[in-house]
Amino acid sequence: MSNKSQELANRAQKLSSKQIGDTLLNNALIIIMILVAIYVAIKEPTFLSPRSLVNLLSLTAAYLPVALGIAGCIVLTGTDLSAGRAVGITACVAASLLQQSDLPTKMWPGIGTLPIPVVILIVVLLGAFIGAFNGFFVAKFKLHPFIVTLATQLILYTVLLLYVQMGNNNGMAISGLDEGYRNFVVGSPPILNFAGGSIQIPNYVLYSILLSVLMWFIWNKTTFGKNMFALGANEEAARVSGVNVFMTTIAVFALAGAMYGWAGFVESARIASNTANTGVNYELDAIAACVIGGVSFVGGIGKISGIIIGVIMLRLIFVALPLIGMDQNLQYAIKGGIILFACALDMRKYLVKK
Amino acid sequence: MQSALLEMRNITKEFPGVKALDGVNLTVRHGTVHALMGENGAGKSTLMKCLFGIYHRDSGTVTLDGKQVEFKSAKEALENGVAMVHQELNQALTRSVQDNLWLGRYPKKFGIMVSESEMKKRTEEIFKTLNVSVNPKTIMSTLSVSQRQMVEIAKAVSYDSKIIVFDEPTSSLTETEVEHLFRIINMLRDKGCGIIYISHKMEEILRISDDVTIMRDGQWVATRPAAELTMDEIIKLMVGRELTNRFPPKTNKPEDVILDVQHIAGKYTRLKDATFQLRKGEILGIAGLDGSGRTEVLENLFGVMTREGGTITLHGKQIQNRTPGESIKNGFALLTEERRATGIFGIRDIKDNTVISSLKDYLIGGICLSDKKMREKTEWGIKAMHIKTPSQKTQIRSLSGGNQQKVIIARWLLTKPEVLLLDEPTRGIDVGAKYEIYQLIIDLANEGKGVIMVSSEMPELLGVCDRILVMSGGQVAGEVDAKNTSQEEILTLAAKYV
Repeated sequence: MSNKSQELANRAQKLSSKQIGDTLLNNALIIIMILVAIYVAIKEPTFLSPRSLVNLLSLTAAYLPVALGIAGCIVLTGTDLSAGRAVGITACVAASLLQQSDLPTKMWPGIGTLPIPVVILIVVLLGAFIGAFNGFFVAKFKLHPFIVTLATQLILYTVLLLYVQMGNNNGMAISGLDEGYRNFVVGSPPILNFAGGSIQIPNYVLYSILLSVLMWFIWNKTTFGKNMFALGANEEAARVSGVNVFMTTIAVFALAGAMYGWAGFVESARIASNTANTGVNYELDAIAACVIGGVSFVGGIGKISGIIIGVIMLRLIFVALPLIGMDQNLQYAIKGGIILFACALDMRKYLVKK
Repeated sequence: MQSALLEMRNITKEFPGVKALDGVNLTVRHGTVHALMGENGAGKSTLMKCLFGIYHRDSGTVTLDGKQVEFKSAKEALENGVAMVHQELNQALTRSVQDNLWLGRYPKKFGIMVSESEMKKRTEEIFKTLNVSVNPKTIMSTLSVSQRQMVEIAKAVSYDSKIIVFDEPTSSLTETEVEHLFRIINMLRDKGCGIIYISHKMEEILRISDDVTIMRDGQWVATRPAAELTMDEIIKLMVGRELTNRFPPKTNKPEDVILDVQHIAGKYTRLKDATFQLRKGEILGIAGLDGSGRTEVLENLFGVMTREGGTITLHGKQIQNRTPGESIKNGFALLTEERRATGIFGIRDIKDNTVISSLKDYLIGGICLSDKKMREKTEWGIKAMHIKTPSQKTQIRSLSGGNQQKVIIARWLLTKPEVLLLDEPTRGIDVGAKYEIYQLIIDLANEGKGVIMVSSEMPELLGVCDRILVMSGGQVAGEVDAKNTSQEEILTLAAKYV
């Protein structure tokens, strides 16, 4: 009898230790990143200073919209390589429409400075159009999004190079932005000023929070969101279940594009000086963040909270490591390593164990 | 009495929280066919996976030809003469037949080059002994399921296998193809091979096997000579209770015609011409050989496949059904044939799988989905369909086939359909659950819905349907009354336009 209960106890212990091991392994990446952050905080206490934390928060907010958009494409087992260029083109368009009206080198001197809401509408629609273009080719011709968006990325770069040559600009950086525009994005409301105004949380952090809420709503509370997950989990089953596969695919990509448009609008004011290289490679950071946050390339799986954590974690590493004197050249290798590690851990979760 | 070729003793395998196998024994004699039976989840597949080293058994011994063996992988098992013909064929579809057959051990010439001619010669030799007429250079994907299965058998033969396991080999074969398969199995048996035959089909088992081992809930129940068993006894042993009837009583009463389908044809598919009517509260069966256009009738009607010509009239009003979405609006529902490929969203939970076709019903203010309503409807589905699941949050792929099927039926009932199109509703489902599905179908007809049901299991059509439409070569070959017909009559019709 006692032997048997002993055996049962052993079994229970083995089971729970295995479960704990699994949980640790599934979250290994996030645990390692937190450990790195703790290590850096001990070595270099300024890492935890309010200024440094606000910096981390701001960077997260800036990179979040692209990740929120691209995540939908990943849920459909796709990807979007054109995100960075889409941010670039919308940033340049936003900047060119919101230069100071009396600037001698103003790109479009004829139109003055447009109202901000009009420009937001223009760049978001432009982004959505780029996304819908991608989505159309994916949905209509059954091309893999990797190929479609690779092509779009190249096409957009040419469009972007041509655009910065237009008007009075002659390929220069588009700068001299309207103060109202700068304030709208990087300004800070009085309630978010701390330590006598020396630490300010910029407006775009608020916008990113609103955007996250909006995306959470779309993903979890709308038919479109449910259809998107169904489509990502099993396209044929979704079709038979009455999901409009064609329109849903286009809508997912268009929504992603709209996010890039917003990101472009923010980046333009944040950087203040926009060239044809604005936004380049943003998609890679966004994809990495999604993968870290558990948006799986298996398809049909992902959470907004995961994406936010993913973006924070990735930024954390890039804010923390330079503080302890890490060679800047190492950052790409670290990024690559994180992507590989995150994907391997992710696949481990969905593989059928044998 | 032939000696034991393969002996598995006291095999035990435990997964976290479940004892999948508990001291199971299996002894296969030289030159016999040994049927392995049990409901889904009884542990048949797990036992085979333990034999092939795909799973590692916790305890027990395996003896092959008097020697203790412990295979580490399916490849090692194959090299030692233990082969398996899988239910789901895993083949390189874009490569040729011979490439698939010799994969991993291509005959060489000059030490580095693959000898195509040698490969072709050897393939042809094996095909000749098996009486298979397939060109070794044909690309796999252009073959029919039965031909692909033959290639798999040829592969097992080419390894000089002593033990060959067949896992549900007839689930997608026509009657003639089954006959061919049985001839091959008999030939292998006469050569002295031991065959392990896993199937749900009683008629087949009783016909082909020498011994029968029955498992239930991971335990060995009985091993008996097939000659001493009857179908009822097998069922009794499998389910552990008396199952007096395989089909529930037919209580539905067909009323007036609700659906009239005239001369529909497929634009890109082999459906040439189908005309039929469906009554309210009626169960219409569609029989036919594989490739006769059975599935195409349903998918065409539902708008999954492009239609060319023909009319569909529901309640006297002509409708189009161009896309599944439109068909759902018109009150149609389609349970597809390939549950895993086109039915379930494996990675999503029960709730998401249940509500996906009726999302519009849960909207508040036109845009926001109500979690409460979705949970309620899912709960209704779980109760009404008797779905066995730990919770609504369980991933559907972790359920058994029967329970997955019930979830999909619940999904469709939530769209309040008038016409249910069911394609092989009981495929890969165990006996007990089949009965429940039949009862569900009859209940639906009782509620006044029209049901059209495709099945390759003739007894099922005869037991559940009111009328049976027989397809042959993409056309309707005839229509029979389920009460006054026989399997022979249906088979004759099915061969009409072949």
